[in-house]
Amino acid sequence: MKKQRLVVIGNGMAGARVVEEIIERSPDKFEIIMFGAEPYGNYNRISLSNVLNQTKTVEDIFINPLDWYQKNNILLYTGARVVAIDRKDRRVLARKLTDGEAAYLHDAPTRTRAGLMEEHYDQLIIATGSRPAVPPLEGFGLAGTFVFRTIDDCRHIAGYAEKCHKAVVMGGGILGLEAARGLLTHHLEVTVLEAAPQLMPAQLDQEAAAILEQSLAAMGIRVLTNVRASRIEGREGRVSGVALSDGRVLETDLVVVSIGIRPITEIAGEAGLAVNKGIICDDQMRTSDPSIFALGECIEHRGKLYGLVEPIWEQARVLADILTSSDPNARYEGTRAGTKLKVMGVELVAIGEKDPSDPADELIVYRDPYRRVYKKLIIRNGQIHGAILLGEIEFADTLLRLYSSGGALPEKHAELLFGSVTGATMINAKDLPDQAQICNCNGVSKRVIVDAIVNKGCSSVSAVGDKTKAGKGCGSCKGLIAQLIEWKRGQVEYDPRENYYVPGVPLEKSQLVAQIMQKHLTSVSAVFQELASGKEDPDSKTGLASLLKILWPKEYQDERDARFINDRVHANIQKDGTFSVVPRVYAGVITPQELMKIAQVAQKYNVPMVKLTGGQRIDLLGVKKEDLPHMWKDLGMPSGHAYAKTMRTCKSCVGIDFCRYGLGASIKLASVIEHRFQGIETPHKMKMAVAGCPRNCSEALIKDVGVVAIEGGKWEVYIGGGAASIIRKADLLCVEESEEAVVRTIGRFMQYYREHAKYAERTYSFVARLGVEVLKNILIKDSLGINAQLDERMQTAVDAYCDPWQEADIPAYPSQFEGPQLVQVLKDVENNG
Amino acid sequence: MSEPIVVDLGPLAQIAQGQGKCFEIKGQRVAVFHGRDGKVYAIQHTCPHRGGPLADGLMGDGLVICPNHGHKFNLSTGEGSEPGERVKVYPARIVNGMIQLEFLA
Repeated sequence: MKKQRLVVIGNGMAGARVVEEIIERSPDKFEIIMFGAEPYGNYNRISLSNVLNQTKTVEDIFINPLDWYQKNNILLYTGARVVAIDRKDRRVLARKLTDGEAAYLHDAPTRTRAGLMEEHYDQLIIATGSRPAVPPLEGFGLAGTFVFRTIDDCRHIAGYAEKCHKAVVMGGGILGLEAARGLLTHHLEVTVLEAAPQLMPAQLDQEAAAILEQSLAAMGIRVLTNVRASRIEGREGRVSGVALSDGRVLETDLVVVSIGIRPITEIAGEAGLAVNKGIICDDQMRTSDPSIFALGECIEHRGKLYGLVEPIWEQARVLADILTSSDPNARYEGTRAGTKLKVMGVELVAIGEKDPSDPADELIVYRDPYRRVYKKLIIRNGQIHGAILLGEIEFADTLLRLYSSGGALPEKHAELLFGSVTGATMINAKDLPDQAQICNCNGVSKRVIVDAIVNKGCSSVSAVGDKTKAGKGCGSCKGLIAQLIEWKRGQVEYDPRENYYVPGVPLEKSQLVAQIMQKHLTSVSAVFQELASGKEDPDSKTGLASLLKILWPKEYQDERDARFINDRVHANIQKDGTFSVVPRVYAGVITPQELMKIAQVAQKYNVPMVKLTGGQRIDLLGVKKEDLPHMWKDLGMPSGHAYAKTMRTCKSCVGIDFCRYGLGASIKLASVIEHRFQGIETPHKMKMAVAGCPRNCSEALIKDVGVVAIEGGKWEVYIGGGAASIIRKADLLCVEESEEAVVRTIGRFMQYYREHAKYAERTYSFVARLGVEVLKNILIKDSLGINAQLDERMQTAVDAYCDPWQEADIPAYPSQFEGPQLVQVLKDVENNG
Repeated sequence: MSEPIVVDLGPLAQIAQGQGKCFEIKGQRVAVFHGRDGKVYAIQHTCPHRGGPLADGLMGDGLVICPNHGHKFNLSTGEGSEPGERVKVYPARIVNGMIQLEFLA
């Protein structure tokens, strides 16, 4: 069958996206011809402000480079503007632009076809987009006046800015503010002019706009509202100033005009298609000519114009469904999208209406003027009708999802702004409409996921992911996917492997513990033998060894081959195969004698680097394996366990010993804690700290366990903090009246963590997963009645502890501390088999 | 190319069960493993990824895991878990409790 000719006018985000969608559905149906007025492949126009502020390069923002078109057999005319559509003969006529000619201008209608390119079409898509609005302003056009729309605009602005000191941006909307922030990167003094009494008048209420203005002022952007430019002044053909409606004149070297965009509709209008503000389209993106379609910023759909990307994606999907007949009933019913300001240093999301319009509207407002945070929510009939998040936008995705798809809101509406105390998801996926997008990373809708669950037998989150890609991006939608499975199947099956304690033994932790206790398995090899059909999975060894040591403090049979090299030789392996030695320095307090000893040892063994650690200790780096036992003996100090999944250190400030603010004896308490819990095996390393007052100099609030002295001789006990790949402030577990009580509570928490966490799960994940309220109930209120047992088992572990560096005298296994052994080959013996 | 030579590495008992040990033979480092299955394996000691010491790795099920970045290698074939990575394998055997290695100088 002869392929149909599909001509696409416009190679911007809409034109290229719809072609991608078409190729994905039906790679061979069309012969595709595209016209792009810009001399490039297709790029992400939304990121232009990143190019201007130099966080991205032009190359970074290309979506499809020119060779993508070749690979897909698309004939692309670049730098070519379509000047007319001949509907009678089904042809488009295009003109090659000259160098430097702006892409988005319009050619006057022409009668001659001389010198024009012509292409015949069976189906035509118009995706001409929009052009920046330009005010009829005296002086616009002088050197140094710009609009901000294309890569070339961006390059010209950046190039011109080099010789400038001051810039004026006309327009305090999103694009104007992004341009202003970009100009700041070029070291200009930037002033933004806005004719309305406030910034972003279309999206923000006055209060949010005022806070935004302060935030911008703090960055160095001056904002003038309620003022218009009446004239651009020039000197020798270049911009020299902007005269304002109030009579003032601002000196400036550069003017960027960003007062809005206008759909490019002329060729459609001249061809006789119905055009109002935009090219009028129905729900299948069809214009008034049934073989001509349109999408993107150039169209008007149900009376609305769109200037955002989400509607383009949706329109492209619908149009591709229609053109390829993969879903002849597909319809575009409009998009409810929010806007996000991408100005470095300002976080802002605005959704829907900015002020309540009905007396029955529910209005929730939160202000924190000092931090310039403002949050506002307008709810009508149980649905979100508007929201502004300024300064803190962590729940924006949820709000956008609820706004665009109309799902049921949580009972406590404030949770929409602040999250739920329990950490539960705020949306129930079953209440979302079918077309709602669940996985935003991979663009998977509820309908597709439900289809996988109902018709394709997917009963676990990972099975849905394998089938649809949902949940395979950032993973934040996995809870929603689980809700859908629960809704359709009654319960979520877990891909069992996800929940095995170790990959090689098919049991969850609680089941594994039960089997180990019941069968009295005290070694890793016994566990493989009894519970894994004898298969010795190397990925499972360290996790099992850790668990067995926790479960059997005294009876554990330490098969060293099941341990990571660090735990075999009690030192941390380095990139070059050498090791590091960190002796324990209880609470960070060290004697001059110990310091001298460390110095002597470092010299004697030619230690390449001596470094102070973040845990108030001294690290000797680059040590050969064979030197380890000798150094330990020479040091005469116990192991600091800087290599193991155990308590590492308990950092401390000087507390009442010397500090004039000290409220508690932090050093003494830290030292007690460190002595008691040193070397106790935990699922992951634990870092602790004690602070002698709430000033927190020892950073106790970002530790796995942190203790803070407060007035009245009391101590706060915090758990689950961390400052590693993630930063988490610890949760307050309790306030204790005495040091003994603090130590007991820490031991209880540690033992519970030892028994219930996944292998290699830090406390900041564990505490976040369970929730501190649950842990308070168990560990403080003793709701399960297990505290006495936790205390007892921790005591047994403490009693069983011995310093691993004592293996310096008696190695635990042959060749434990041997380096590479030189083999003398005396003579070459012929190999006879 | 020279003929392979047989090198005596001494008693098997010098290597703990389930662990490896590094030997240096004519400038080449060889990781020799004493499996819990009673067999002996020998491969190149230096990980082709970033030079990690394979003799210090965790072994089991015919594999060794490099301690530095977790790349895995088949002890019998040398095949690596990452595309394009492979280690040299040396034929090794136990004769009267002693390890013998075939070594190509």
